[in-house]
Amino acid sequence: MFYIFCPYCDERREEEEFHPSGQAHITRPADPENCSDEEWGDYLFFRDNPRGIHHELWVHRLGCRKFFNITRDTTTYEILETYPMGERPTVTAERAGVRQEQGVQTADGGWQTVGARPENSKLNEETPS
Amino acid sequence: MERYSGFGLFKHALSHHENWQRHWRNPTPKKRYDVIIVGGGGHGLATAWYLAKEFGITNVAVIEKGWLGGGNTARNTTIVRSNYLWDEAAQLYNHSLDLWKGLSQDLNYNVMFSQRGVLNLAHTLQDMRDVQRRVNANRLNGIDSEVVTPERIKEIEPALDTSKRARYPIMGASWQQSAGVARHDAVAWGFARGADSLGVDLLQNTEVTGFRIRDGKVLGVHTNRGDIEANTVGCVAAGNSGVLANMAGLKLPLESHPLQALVSEPLKPILNTVTMSNHVHGYCSQSDKGDLVIGAGIDGYLGYGQRGSFPTVEHTLQAIVEMFPMFSRVRMNRQWGGIVDTCPDACPILSKTKVKGLYFNCGWGTGGFKATPGSGHVFAASLAKGEMHPIAAPFSIDRFNTGALIDEHGAAGVAH
Repeated sequence: MFYIFCPYCDERREEEEFHPSGQAHITRPADPENCSDEEWGDYLFFRDNPRGIHHELWVHRLGCRKFFNITRDTTTYEILETYPMGERPTVTAERAGVRQEQGVQTADGGWQTVGARPENSKLNEETPS
Repeated sequence: MERYSGFGLFKHALSHHENWQRHWRNPTPKKRYDVIIVGGGGHGLATAWYLAKEFGITNVAVIEKGWLGGGNTARNTTIVRSNYLWDEAAQLYNHSLDLWKGLSQDLNYNVMFSQRGVLNLAHTLQDMRDVQRRVNANRLNGIDSEVVTPERIKEIEPALDTSKRARYPIMGASWQQSAGVARHDAVAWGFARGADSLGVDLLQNTEVTGFRIRDGKVLGVHTNRGDIEANTVGCVAAGNSGVLANMAGLKLPLESHPLQALVSEPLKPILNTVTMSNHVHGYCSQSDKGDLVIGAGIDGYLGYGQRGSFPTVEHTLQAIVEMFPMFSRVRMNRQWGGIVDTCPDACPILSKTKVKGLYFNCGWGTGGFKATPGSGHVFAASLAKGEMHPIAAPFSIDRFNTGALIDEHGAAGVAH
């Protein structure tokens, strides 16, 4: 369960108030009429799908209903920062090594985790009957 | 390979079942293969088996970073059906269903395929219209689909609440009698045993760390056990396809999400069929062991942790109790997640890439298990001939740039 800091409401709220809306910082082509099929398809459908640090768009749908960005690790599920629209992330994949040396870099809400930890491999190895 | 039979069972009983052969070898990687399959799940193993059996290509390696069938093959809800809306998808899944029917005999391995039927419930007028449209499309494609009334639904599945008292009363359903369930592990093991017996090397605990690509042609893969050469490489890595594509410098229109499922404590036989509902968003069947196998939605965010979130569990069980009020006190035994690679149009990608000799079979999203034999068969045909099989051709990655999407979202009874 995420406990997410909304940069507009200035407080942490439960995951169920929020809704993820995919990858952040996707720029709409300036001149859509003159895009090639390649460019337009890439804009519409092709996404980063990293194992690791990912910048994503969320909406506080049962709160202030505003969109904001989250930097999150897709393997540990650790939320590294939340920041309002129009801002750039301070934690990026390129700087992840630096972050580890310095400890967890936090936005206003601090860092947050979900229940299960990845190092507990047993949780990840469960198979059904 | 030792053939399984009733006589064999009797023979081994005489030696207290202590002399059964191993299912497959554990070979050392060779320097060079004709074809490398990356990913030893159901689809990858099926591809290897059909390559060897139908196309006579036996110098094949299946490279798996964990153990065989340990990913989504071990984590799905085992539903097999083919009632998809669009012609391309219907043909693909129906091709698979045809192969399922004779699979246990083909593999000499009991995959416990049970055609107990699937109900896709409709709870609103729009649901009913969608069901009617899909059933009509199915029948034009030769799929045994029909629209059934609540009275008929009650006969098929008495445990369902078909009364008017329900929060979302059931107005009807589509019914595909030839659909059903299969034993997921047996599918992986059967294909693995079959492929191994025909000479395919199954390399477990071998992780692909990169591709050898020169002049736009694939020459092999780098692994943690050394380099392996091949001029044809097929990637069948489900949730990790995007990671592999990245290594080859490609981008895919995929997002990896955790999809979870859960099973209850074992109960006496109570469910006759598979019941799915888009509207209340849950699906349920009963395994031969007696546990209710319950499917849930995906977590909306990207994730590679093979577990699901608690809110999803809660929503799913709300849906199940809505459909089957008598299950309200059944205790859940276990819960797990698998990483599904979802495509924007909810259809898979079976495609060549910009790199010559490098093929991808991915994007099956939340419904890949049912396609295991069909996917393996058409992908093997494509790898063997160097040209995409006619059934696979519409699923090219190019469709995301040309616009020829096969939009199975919602319309197909896809429950997500």
